[in-house]
Amino acid sequence: MGDPELVQLLTPEGDRIESAVGPDGTEYRVDFTDEEYRGLYRDLVLVRKLDAEATALQRQGELGLWASLLGQEAAQVGSGRALRTQDMAFPTYREHGVLYCRGIDPIMPLSLFRGVDQGGWDPNEFKFNMYTIVIGAQTLHATGYAMGVNIDGRTGSDDGEAVIAYFGDGATSQGDVNEAFVWAGVFNAPLVFFCQNNQYAISQPLEKQTRIPLYQRAAGFGFPGVRVDGNDVLASYAVTRTALDNARHGQGPSLIEAYTYRMGAHTTSDDPTRYRIASEVESWQAKDPIARMKAFLVKQQLADDTFFAEVDEQARREAVDLRERVLAMPDPEPVSMFDHVYPNGSPLLDQQRAQFSRYMESFEGSAH
Amino acid sequence: MSRVKEFNLPDLGEGLTEGEILKWLVSVGDVIELNQPIVEVETAKAAVEIPAKWAGRVQTIFHEEGTTVEVGSPIIAIDTQPDAGPLEPAGAGGPISTTGQPDDVLPVPSAASLAAVEIAPAEGAVEPGLIGGPAPGGRTAVLVGYGPRTAAAKRRPRKGAADHGVVVGDKPAQSPLNQAPQVHDRRNGSGVPGGGLVLAKPPVRKLAKDLGVDLGGLTGSGPLGSITREDVQRAAAATTAEPAVTPARATVAAVFDASREQRIPVKGVRKLTAENMSASAFTAPHVTEFLTVDVTRAMKALDRLRTRPEWRDVRVSPLLLVAKAVLLAVRRHPMVNSTWAGDEIVVKDYVNLGIAAATERGLIVPNIKDAGRLTLRELADAMTALVQTAKAGRTSPADMSGGTLTITNVGVFGVDTGTPILPPGESAILAFGAVREMPWVHKGKVRARQVTTLGLSFDHRIIDGELGSKFLRDIGAFLTDPEAALLAWT
Repeated sequence: MGDPELVQLLTPEGDRIESAVGPDGTEYRVDFTDEEYRGLYRDLVLVRKLDAEATALQRQGELGLWASLLGQEAAQVGSGRALRTQDMAFPTYREHGVLYCRGIDPIMPLSLFRGVDQGGWDPNEFKFNMYTIVIGAQTLHATGYAMGVNIDGRTGSDDGEAVIAYFGDGATSQGDVNEAFVWAGVFNAPLVFFCQNNQYAISQPLEKQTRIPLYQRAAGFGFPGVRVDGNDVLASYAVTRTALDNARHGQGPSLIEAYTYRMGAHTTSDDPTRYRIASEVESWQAKDPIARMKAFLVKQQLADDTFFAEVDEQARREAVDLRERVLAMPDPEPVSMFDHVYPNGSPLLDQQRAQFSRYMESFEGSAH
Repeated sequence: MSRVKEFNLPDLGEGLTEGEILKWLVSVGDVIELNQPIVEVETAKAAVEIPAKWAGRVQTIFHEEGTTVEVGSPIIAIDTQPDAGPLEPAGAGGPISTTGQPDDVLPVPSAASLAAVEIAPAEGAVEPGLIGGPAPGGRTAVLVGYGPRTAAAKRRPRKGAADHGVVVGDKPAQSPLNQAPQVHDRRNGSGVPGGGLVLAKPPVRKLAKDLGVDLGGLTGSGPLGSITREDVQRAAAATTAEPAVTPARATVAAVFDASREQRIPVKGVRKLTAENMSASAFTAPHVTEFLTVDVTRAMKALDRLRTRPEWRDVRVSPLLLVAKAVLLAVRRHPMVNSTWAGDEIVVKDYVNLGIAAATERGLIVPNIKDAGRLTLRELADAMTALVQTAKAGRTSPADMSGGTLTITNVGVFGVDTGTPILPPGESAILAFGAVREMPWVHKGKVRARQVTTLGLSFDHRIIDGELGSKFLRDIGAFLTDPEAALLAWT
């Protein structure tokens, strides 16, 4: 059945595979209720719609930049829903789907990309760190955090805390990521390295990053690695849940390579037609994560047209709501740039703030 | 809120200033939905589709396909309430003028199309601080990246005398810190005496260094006995009360910073020249050949020409003969007067002869239309008029477009030759060097002769070495013996 290296529980045609075995013999399966299956489909559709709305807003001049997740919804929703409440996530700037699953208002990253704040959510409240723009840097943050979890003794039981670090195929060439592998390995950190291999590091294809499948790199660092069909939300869930549970029980780190494809541009500043051929994109179109989930729901008679229409309508409403709230975002006051430099301020900063305020007030027509 | 909204071209990719309209996906009168793709725009980074910001009916399309539009200028107007009956004329009959946009940058929409357009001021990039609009300090606001910097920063006027004790963006005002005398011992600048450990945070060490305070002499009041900012300031205050030590003699060191650099915005003729030269240099494979010729006979012929009554008032220069030589040589080798058009070569029956001219605005290359049909006298008059128009800065765009072959007279600057770059769309350009008296073998003896060097660059996709060489040889042959060449070729 398909690629023996690839853990898959739902084929592109929407057929369920009962269970799949990973390279180390681990058996993966999911046991969802009908309602949960429908919920995953709803997540996928909503996440895609909100992402498309953000892309449109950028094209209309309302956001400075947007990194679309188009095509990677299953990897993000599957892994995001696999997180337990106490688990901590360290995202890149593309993890809008995981953010949604963590219960964070999807408006939050838009304020960041509109440039009105630094990203508005509380990482501790939602157990979801700030978006990291620097490629791969968050894997080190996650490693340090996970080592702290160990030191605090918060592993070793079902209630233990696990950590997940997101990154891409390009990041695996970064020193930071390899250092994180080393440290997480030797310190047995409760950390899941979740690599969304979307085949391109901006314009650089995977063959410029690696000579072996990425998940096999884990062996060199002394922990298990597995490749999962990243367009299969069920398999992404199953593999991530298993890896997180292993971590929380004190069994150390692991690497998941979610094999997927970035259907859109790297960011809105990118033009993928300059480095990809159309036939490649079309071949991945046939593996679309939402289409296969819908096919599954239809085949199993878990949902009908009323349900799909209702989900689409909800997505449309949330997209309109997102748009209206983005357009209503107030511009920050220039002086607010001093607000988040130090948690408790500093005399020098106070002085600079006062000087800058006087300067701004020195202009005619200044309203403040 | 006004019913018709204008959509301004946004910055599509972090700091861009313009985009080219590739293709309109909608037409005037179309009813469109929110987020429906309306236009393909290509920027320096990517070709993208822009989705409609509002649902409604397309009222006006401001730019044709192929137009390059500046970020922040309107590209489409949409009637957001198409079912609400006909539009009221808003009396906005004049051309649209967006803040910060010179009118001549935009193809001005027709008055008729604008008559029904009410500009929505709150929706555009025309407000200060919005994307594409002018920001305080003359900077064009962009959301991400450095953004374009305008040359002449237009600041909002300051209220009254700007004496608030501080000027941001200019020299910082004198602060008490800067006025403190330099009294510290250079050997001990970091404040660590004789190997003893002094605890102080780096900013405090910096402060101590700036104030000339020796950290080793202080007793810290901070945690673990570390020296605090207040400790340093207290010590500095005590020091200033004492007679100041003469500051170290200032040595005059060479400074290489912005104060000694000039920044010239790239625009106008310079920008156009740069674009043309880069485009040409990196698309057409250039070959340059040189030929040094004895032009003594040609110079004498010019002198004789000047003495003729009917040529008395005509400006006669060596460039005239070079132009004539080129035109005659083109007639013998028509292929050099051609354009590379991708899958075909366009060979022209007419020669629009470009003459590169240095003007105050920069280099421009006006051309003489159909120069091959002109008599020598007509050619001389045309060249005189061309140069005078160029010097006066009145050369029209029409004069500069459509050139087919160009001469650049680098000799007027006293240099011998060069490897000119082809104007885009042309296949040959001749550099005419200075005419000098040089030792030259003439009739078997070394004589002082008037000699010049011709440099011919040509597009190697069209012109092989053989053709280019023959063309250059013929130009040289005419200049060596114009009378004989005229008799032989015409």
